[in-house]
This record gives sequence, C-alpha cells and structure tokens, in this order.
Amino acid sequence: MSTTAPTGVPDGPATAGTGLAARPVEPVAATGSRVAAALQRNGVAAFAALALLVLVGSVLWPSFHTLDNVRNTVLGNSYIGIVAIGMTLVIITGGIDLSVGSVFALGGVVGVYVSNQAGPVAAVLATIVACGLIGLINGMLIGYARMAPFIVTLATLFGVRGLVYQLTGAGARTYSVPSDSFFAHLGTGVLLTIGYPVLIAIALYVVFHVVLERTPFGLTTLAIGGGEDAAVLMGLKVRRTKVSLYVVSAALAGVAGMLQAAQLVSASPIIATGYELQAIAAVVIGGTLLTGGAGSLIGTAAGVLLLGTINAFIRELQLDSTWNNVVSGAFLVTVVVVQRLLNYRRAD
Amino acid sequence: MAELTTAGALPVLEARGVSKSFPGVKALSDVSITVRAGEVHALVGENGAGKSTLIKILTGVYQCDSGELRHRGEPVTFADPRAAQAAGISTIYQELDLVPMQSAARNLYLGREPRTRLRLVDFARMRREANALLDDYQIRADVDVPLNTLGLGTQQMISVARAVALHANVVIMDEPTSSLESREVETLFGIIRRLRSEGVAIVYVSHRLDELYRICDTVSVLRDGRLVHTGPMAELPRVQLVATMLGRELQTALHRSAPGGGDRIVAGPPVLELRGLTRRNRLHDVSLEVHRGEVVGLGGLLGAGRSETGMAVLGAQELDSGAVLVEGKPIRTGSPGAAIEAGVALLPEDRKLEGILPNLSIRDNIAIAALPRMSRLGLVSDKRIDQLVEHFMARLHIRATGPGQKVSTLSGGNQQKVMLARWLCLSPRVLVLDEPTRGIDVGAKFEVRQTIDELAAEGLAVLLISSETEELVDESDRIVVLKDGAVVAVLDGDDISEHDLVQAIAAVPSPEEDPTRD
Repeated sequence: MSTTAPTGVPDGPATAGTGLAARPVEPVAATGSRVAAALQRNGVAAFAALALLVLVGSVLWPSFHTLDNVRNTVLGNSYIGIVAIGMTLVIITGGIDLSVGSVFALGGVVGVYVSNQAGPVAAVLATIVACGLIGLINGMLIGYARMAPFIVTLATLFGVRGLVYQLTGAGARTYSVPSDSFFAHLGTGVLLTIGYPVLIAIALYVVFHVVLERTPFGLTTLAIGGGEDAAVLMGLKVRRTKVSLYVVSAALAGVAGMLQAAQLVSASPIIATGYELQAIAAVVIGGTLLTGGAGSLIGTAAGVLLLGTINAFIRELQLDSTWNNVVSGAFLVTVVVVQRLLNYRRAD
Repeated sequence: MAELTTAGALPVLEARGVSKSFPGVKALSDVSITVRAGEVHALVGENGAGKSTLIKILTGVYQCDSGELRHRGEPVTFADPRAAQAAGISTIYQELDLVPMQSAARNLYLGREPRTRLRLVDFARMRREANALLDDYQIRADVDVPLNTLGLGTQQMISVARAVALHANVVIMDEPTSSLESREVETLFGIIRRLRSEGVAIVYVSHRLDELYRICDTVSVLRDGRLVHTGPMAELPRVQLVATMLGRELQTALHRSAPGGGDRIVAGPPVLELRGLTRRNRLHDVSLEVHRGEVVGLGGLLGAGRSETGMAVLGAQELDSGAVLVEGKPIRTGSPGAAIEAGVALLPEDRKLEGILPNLSIRDNIAIAALPRMSRLGLVSDKRIDQLVEHFMARLHIRATGPGQKVSTLSGGNQQKVMLARWLCLSPRVLVLDEPTRGIDVGAKFEVRQTIDELAAEGLAVLLISSETEELVDESDRIVVLKDGAVVAVLDGDDISEHDLVQAIAAVPSPEEDPTRD
C-alpha cells in the first residue's frame, strides 16, 4: 500500500537551477531490494504465500476452498485476528504485549458475567473498561516508568491469568450465558452468512488501518519504532502514544475474548493460553519488523489467515494436529530469515 | 554578505547563570549567554566543555538546576522538547533527530501533518509542500523514499529544512556540517544567511574554525562547564580562540618543555606506516610513520580526524583508499582482528564504553584478550594467567588489593592501566592511545605518562592522540597536526613548543598559502 498516491504530484523539483541544486539524488540501496523489502513489509509476501497455499489445497482437495470450509477457517481465526491488531501496533513501536492471552480470558469472564447481570451493552462496555485498565497499567509502566515491555507484560500475563482463576474459583464456577441471549448472538449471529465476529474483525482492521496509515497518531506510532529518541526530540507525544497503544491492545484482546465467549456461550479460565505467541507470529509473518518502525495491518491480516490456512492444510493432510505448530514455527523462521537478508542487503 | 550590526538587536534567547550537575559531574556552572535576533552565535569548546548540556537545556531536553532561561525577555521553563519547539526554538541535532525508516516528507511534517477535511493526514499536500520547501532552500532529495536510502548529507539537509520550516525564531545547529560535503555546506550557509536576514537567531556549534569565521557574528567559548569568553567573532583571532578553548595561556606556553622520555631509540624502518588514508568527509590523505621506540603525537581539535586515524590503524574505520602497514606489511583494512594479529593495540577514547568490564576482576579484565592465545584445546591454565597478570600489575604499577579486586572500584588511572595491560599481554608492536589521560586525576596522569615513556623505551611504536597540548608536547618525539581530516603540520624535534602547536592547530594560513583553500 503506497500511502503517497502518485496523483497530485506537482511538476517535480525544477531540474534547472544552480550547480548545487542540480545534483542528482543518490539512492544508497538498490531499487530491487528496496522493492522486495517494501513488499515483504506490506504483507504482499504473506498474501502471496497464502494464495499459493489455497491454490495447492484446492487442487489437492476439492473441498478445500468450499465456502463452508473458508467460513469456518475465517471465523475460527477472527478472534486471534482482533488480538493481532493491537499486537501489530505495539510491535511497530518496538514494544511487545505478552499479556493479551490472559486479557482475552479476562474479557470472556467479564463479558459473560456482566451480560448476565446487566445486559449486553453493559457487558461490552465493562469488558473494554476492565481490559483497558490492564492495558493502562502496562502502558504507564512502559511509557512513564520506562520499564521494559517484555517484563511488564510478562508480569500482567501471570497476574491477569491468576485473576481470572480467582474470579472463576479456579474453574469451579462456570460462567455461561443462555444461548438465546442477545450477548450470545454477538458470537453466533450471522449477516449474509458471515459471522458477526468476522464482520467485527474486518471493521476493526479497516478502522485501525486508517488510524495507522492516515492519522498523526499512526505516523507517531511508526516514528516511535523508527527512532524513539528522534521522536522525543521532534516533540511528538511519545509517552502518551505508547500508553494509548497498550490500552488499545488490551481492550482489543478483551473484546476478542468476549466475542469468543459469546460464541461458546461460556467463559473458560484456561482459554487463549499462548495466544500472545500466536499473535506475535502472525504479526511477524505479516511483515512487521519485530524491532519496530515498519509494519502494516494488511500484512497482519495475511499473517493470521496464513497461519489459519496452514492449520486447515494439516487437517486435510490428516496429519496429527501437533504438526500445526511445527509447520507454523518453520514458517516463522523462514520469514525472519528473509527479513534479515533483506535488511542486510539494504544496509550495504 | 552585508555586515549586520547585531549588538543592538533584541535578545531572543538568554541563559542567565545556568548550572547543571549530573551524578558526579558538574556539567555547567553559572553560564550566561545571550542570543540576539539576526545573529549567528558560535558556541565552541572541546569535548566535555558543556556545549551539549547547554543546548539540551535551551531546547528543553534537560532542565537547569539553577539559573533561568529568558525567551524574548520573559522568563521561561521548557518542560520538554515539545515546549521549546512550541516557543519557536528548533534544533538540528548531530544525529538521532529524524526517523530513518520514514520518508523525507513524513519526517518534515511529523507532528504537524497537513490534514484533509476528514482530519486524516493529507499525503498529497504533504508531499507537495515538502517538495516546495526543499526547492525553496535548494535542497534536492526524493521526498518519498525512506530517509535511510538517501546519503548522509542529504539527510542532514532535510533535518535543516525541518528545523527552518517550523517558523522558528531560534535555530540551534549542533555540528550541522559534520556529514556535509563542501557543496552542501554552501547550501547550508545560504540558508543560514537567509534566516539571519529574516531576523532568526542562530546558535552554531562547530569545531571547524574556517566555518566559524565565515558565518558567525558572535562567539561564546565554554571550557570545563564555564563560559570563558563571549564577544564578536571578528575580534577574536584564531590563535586566541584555540588557546581559549584549550585553556592554554599563550605567553606561558611559549617555552619548550623537556622531552619526557629521555634517550629513545629511534632507528630502522618504520614499525607503523600510514599511507594516504582517505575516507569521504572524514580523512583526506593522512600519511605518517612511527618508528620503534618513538612516540608520535596526533594533535588537532575535536573532529579533526584524530580518533578516525586511530581507528583506521586498528582496521575499525572504513577507508576509501590508503593503506596501513605494520613492519612493512599492509594489513587488511576493515578487520580489527587482522590488525591485532599484526601487532596493533588500541586503547580507546572512552574506556567505559569501549572495553572495560567493570564488574569483573582485574585479573579477568587483563586476561580476556590473551585467552585465545594462551589456550590449549580450549583450556587455559589458571597458573599461567596468574603469572601473566602479576607480571603486568607489577610492571604498570597497578595499585589494588590484589588481582581479584573489581575493576569498577579502581581509580580512573588504575582502570586505564588495566586496559593498557590487557593489550600489552598480546605483545603488540604498535600501541595507539586515544586520550589515555582523559578524566583521571593529575597524579595518575603523570603515572600513565611515565608508563608511556617506559613502553616506548622498551621499543614499542606509540601513536598518542591527545587534546592536551602539554601532554603532546611533553610526550611526543614528533607531532602530526590534523585539521578537517588532513595533515596540516608536522612538528619535529626542536620545533616542538606548545605555542607552535596551538598555532598549528589553529591553522593560521601563512601569507604564501592560499587562504581560500578548502
């Protein structure tokens, strides 16, 4: 996605001018590797791999690209997809949010509980507030107290999971909603045969894509990852932006957890263990640099779908599902190696 | 350029009695400077003089401990860089102030992006305005590609464009020409003159004396955190400026100090030979020779290319052309390993950053570099290490409770000796010392110098880099003076006096020389 459309180009800098002005611009990196790196970062590479996988699958198994199959894969991955939005933004700043899996579980419990007490609207609000608060703690410690994101969110990973166990009496109390309630409908409902969670995920991707690519907030996010000191010296609101992003990440994880609980009509304290790592994998496969400064939500969407399709592939091969992680891991390593190679070539 | 009288102009930015301390260091004490509208104010001083701290206070990165800032006559406090920018003070830092992975257009407008009616960033307009801005200042660059794909000079010019586009009333430039080529310097000077004529106050930090005299109206000199001079640039002769920066009284520096080493053996072919070292914007055709038992001093102001030359000897500085020869054999450039193998040892300028392992013992610090050579099948005999460490601790008079003492608990002078011992374990033939006595007390300085004398007397070829003219004059058999990356003078034998050295560093062009030489 080019953000600077070639329309509206003025007639370019005057080529006449004095001796000083007429000096040609000297690009340091070769155009080829620059294009390759750009494609990789914008998720084009992930989409290409996804398309290839779907194509191969369709040739091998007639049922592979049937609507039902696609629908199930997309629905099943919409939750992790929502989590990966926040993870992308946090990683672009050079940070990480390990707490999303636990916050996901918290979102489910809070959503179901409040829905039973006070109805669906309160449930959604309470989930966003409760989980956003966890994000606020992460963000304040990282942004203002300048603690390492890895440590802070590792602490909340444990802390929030513990909190969820507390709330559910270590799983003794099950929180469930009537399957005909409006809240359950959030997870189970369909519009034009597409599940609500999928529609919500798509809407969130569109909104946050625009936020990242087209707002000062998004540009600040990219600038922080590209050079935090520079961003501070430019007078950008670095701390506030970081705090906001951890709040967004936690709130999105909570909403995703709430939606899945609605679909399952109950909240489980053990759900989403390891989701943080899956989300990170999807983000990286989508081309976002783990070191920050560059990345896109389109890429992340491709990364999520790619990982989901790998799972579907393995199901079709009738391999043991434990192979999922092996193949996903291999993919992740490949992507990281390719990123590395592209960056080396650029640095020459 | 028309002469502008700035004395009567309005003070835009003032620091009054500003002091700032960091743990263990008094960075600024009671510094007052006044920057007026339409003046280019040079801020000069050697490393550690307090320039950076002062700039950071003026731009809100740091807050002063005491004293006050006045902006257009009103007392102000800048809580952060944002506040200073909002007041119209923009800064071009030497580095770090742009985001390398983003395009030039985005860098120019980060924080004040043009918006569409939907409050989204208007990239088309941003791009148009960026092009217009760069054209206006005759800076030529592709505004769409990531900044790190452009040359360093172009990046620096974009940084300048960002600063001036903020409609600032004060523009602070911290070594803006350090990565510019001479054509780009001309473009920058054009911009500065234009800003001056528009009534903008400019604070200009540079070590390049030629530039200071060409572009600046006023000069303030900092030394050891104090303001030691302020006044019109044209009224301060070059030699006087250098003497003020270095803190040497010209009169007392006239007589020659006795050479410290006594009878040194200077014979045979050179152990170290540099042939025409050249690196774009850094080094220009630097050649010198160091013989066995000889100490060659490398003088010049900060940024003159001294450390770069030292790093080149170690193979850690990339070269465009030129060769480093040790005992007549060229060593592969770009590889410190090969240089160390050939017998080069370098004591870096900042021992805290580059080499000392503060939490380890003296023994471990000394032995670490020698371990690969002493090991058999990957194992090292403790006894051999102990012998080696004891030998060097005695030889360099390292004062400590024992080899097990943690290095962080040693004095600066003894830390420096530990670093020296580490390299001496490798039995080098060439020793490069970059500011070996910086930051250590007077007594320890004397001891480190004595050690240098002894090492030279034992036959090492020593290249001594120092900002202290007295140290160079005392220690060196010969002094090579660098300026803007090129050799401008070689002082030999009886010529060596601090007065000559200061003259050479100031590079006062002699009448027969073309003063406009670049």
